[in-house]
Amino acid sequence: MTLCLFAVCLVSSALLAAVYAVTKEPIEIAEQAKTNNAIAQVVPEFDGEPVADTVEVAGKKYPFYAVSKEGKPVGYAITSSSVGYGGPITLMVGITSDRIIYNTTVLSQAETPGLGAKCVEPEFADQFKSFDPMQKKLSVKKDGGDIDAITASTITSRAYAKAVETAIAVYDAISQAASQELPADASTGVTTVTVDDCGADQSDNQDNE
Amino acid sequence: MGKFQLITKGLVKENPTFVLLLGMCPTLATTTSAINGMSMGLATLFVLVLSNMAISATAPYIPDKVRIPAYIVIIAAFVTILQFIMQAFTPDIYQTLGLFIPLIVVNCIVLGRAEAFANKNGVIDSACDGLGIGLGFTIALTILGLVREILGNGSAFGFKFISGDGILVFVLAPGAFMALAYLIVLFKKVTAKKGE
Amino acid sequence: MEYILIIISAIFVNNILLSQFMGICPFLGVSNKLSTAVGMSGAVCFVITLATLVTYLFQYYVLVPLHIEFMQTIAFILIIAALVQMVEIVLKKVSPSLYQALGIFLPLITTNCAVLGVALMVVTNEFTYGGEPHMLNLAESIVFAFATSLGFGLAMILFAGLREQIALNKVPKAFKGIPIALVTASILAMAFMGFSGLV
Repeated sequence: MTLCLFAVCLVSSALLAAVYAVTKEPIEIAEQAKTNNAIAQVVPEFDGEPVADTVEVAGKKYPFYAVSKEGKPVGYAITSSSVGYGGPITLMVGITSDRIIYNTTVLSQAETPGLGAKCVEPEFADQFKSFDPMQKKLSVKKDGGDIDAITASTITSRAYAKAVETAIAVYDAISQAASQELPADASTGVTTVTVDDCGADQSDNQDNE
Repeated sequence: MGKFQLITKGLVKENPTFVLLLGMCPTLATTTSAINGMSMGLATLFVLVLSNMAISATAPYIPDKVRIPAYIVIIAAFVTILQFIMQAFTPDIYQTLGLFIPLIVVNCIVLGRAEAFANKNGVIDSACDGLGIGLGFTIALTILGLVREILGNGSAFGFKFISGDGILVFVLAPGAFMALAYLIVLFKKVTAKKGE
Repeated sequence: MEYILIIISAIFVNNILLSQFMGICPFLGVSNKLSTAVGMSGAVCFVITLATLVTYLFQYYVLVPLHIEFMQTIAFILIIAALVQMVEIVLKKVSPSLYQALGIFLPLITTNCAVLGVALMVVTNEFTYGGEPHMLNLAESIVFAFATSLGFGLAMILFAGLREQIALNKVPKAFKGIPIALVTASILAMAFMGFSGLV
């Protein structure tokens, strides 16, 4: 009896291990493709492979990808996240070399379908296209900024703007580090820069999402 | 019973959602849109057909006392295989359905069919039964998802036909319960008329 | 402070039954009478907390070190099934009266997706209580599991109370049984929506 159950477990595990071995590579390829797609979406046209690196801002490590065209740096695709309504919202934010946000895309989110989950739709997300943080204010209109919040989803909209803001802080840290080193090898090594005000602000989550 | 009847009985007469009222958790949780509902239905169909076949093939060799744990292990193995396949080939759907993919293991429909049908019948018949019940489940979830999407978001299968928002509550939790209640009533009415 | 946030969030805001849709089968199945609802809630409470503790330890001390995280689903469901069986045996020996109260619900709990759901949630999801997204540690996981099961109990008992009242009233024929229960659940879920934004 026990032997039989043991046999069932053994066969099942063997089968699982086999399928795991077979699908391991496609899963990695799918994940890589997803990252590459996200990068291609948020930065202007580039050639060659994006160079992966991390930078530390205010004690937290942020992964980013540097892209260049014909040897000249085009910009960075920066991964940043903030606390939304249903959990973390992770974005890929593309910032060009003139410190203008080229585009943003959502890597993962767990917002309410029909409400906060609309942050992936162009109606909201396109507001961040070609956004110049020097010209416009990166917060929702309710807080005196220039971003139209999603209907009934202020927390999500705030979180999105916050993540983009964090990405700008990360960009500043990257370019500061790059100006200290030779421009050619700016993409190596982890650099520590302290930037204020990029932790998530938890004080006013009082209204509906 | 013929093979064809085995498949069709799951669609109406023994529809798992509207008649047997099984597997309510994924039914309510994943039907925020027609596409999500259909994906969940197809994922369950995949597990159901394979586990039905495996259980019907192994049933004669498994002692009665350890039957349930053995079935659970077999089902869990197929669910994990499904997880790998979805991660590799449909990562977006995998992310949307999230926790409810591993939770297929405890979907009462799957274990229910193993107990009620697969362990007493042949492999081919069990596959047909799984296919029928799985299709019934898929159709039910797609309809529920479609209704909620139309009412809640003003779109069908992702195509928006009214501008602006719909009745948001239908995409949220209360709308799920409400839409399912009315669909069950409607289904009862329609099938009762047919029976007369 | 963080623990209070976890508790309020798990009981009211993200109620496992009314906003996460886990454990709907017992929610609809055994909520006809208040007394059975209380018994079921007690049993679920006990099993969810215990199962989360064991699966959490198993994940971080067995699966992760051995790099066999892909065995997660299969391992967790086996642990839960074994635990439920063990609780049943121990309860029968140690406290026959408690066994009589909870015993009949125990076999049903293995296939209650709330149990597996919570166990998987604490090892796969990132939580955002108190700022930065992070994985829960052991103490937080236990608090989260316990609070979630309290939320299950609260919704279950409220719902059973409502259904006892409904049973005394005349319901349109087509709505008898499950449909009217679902409509009731819908209104209860609407009431719980009022808690959203609290945490």
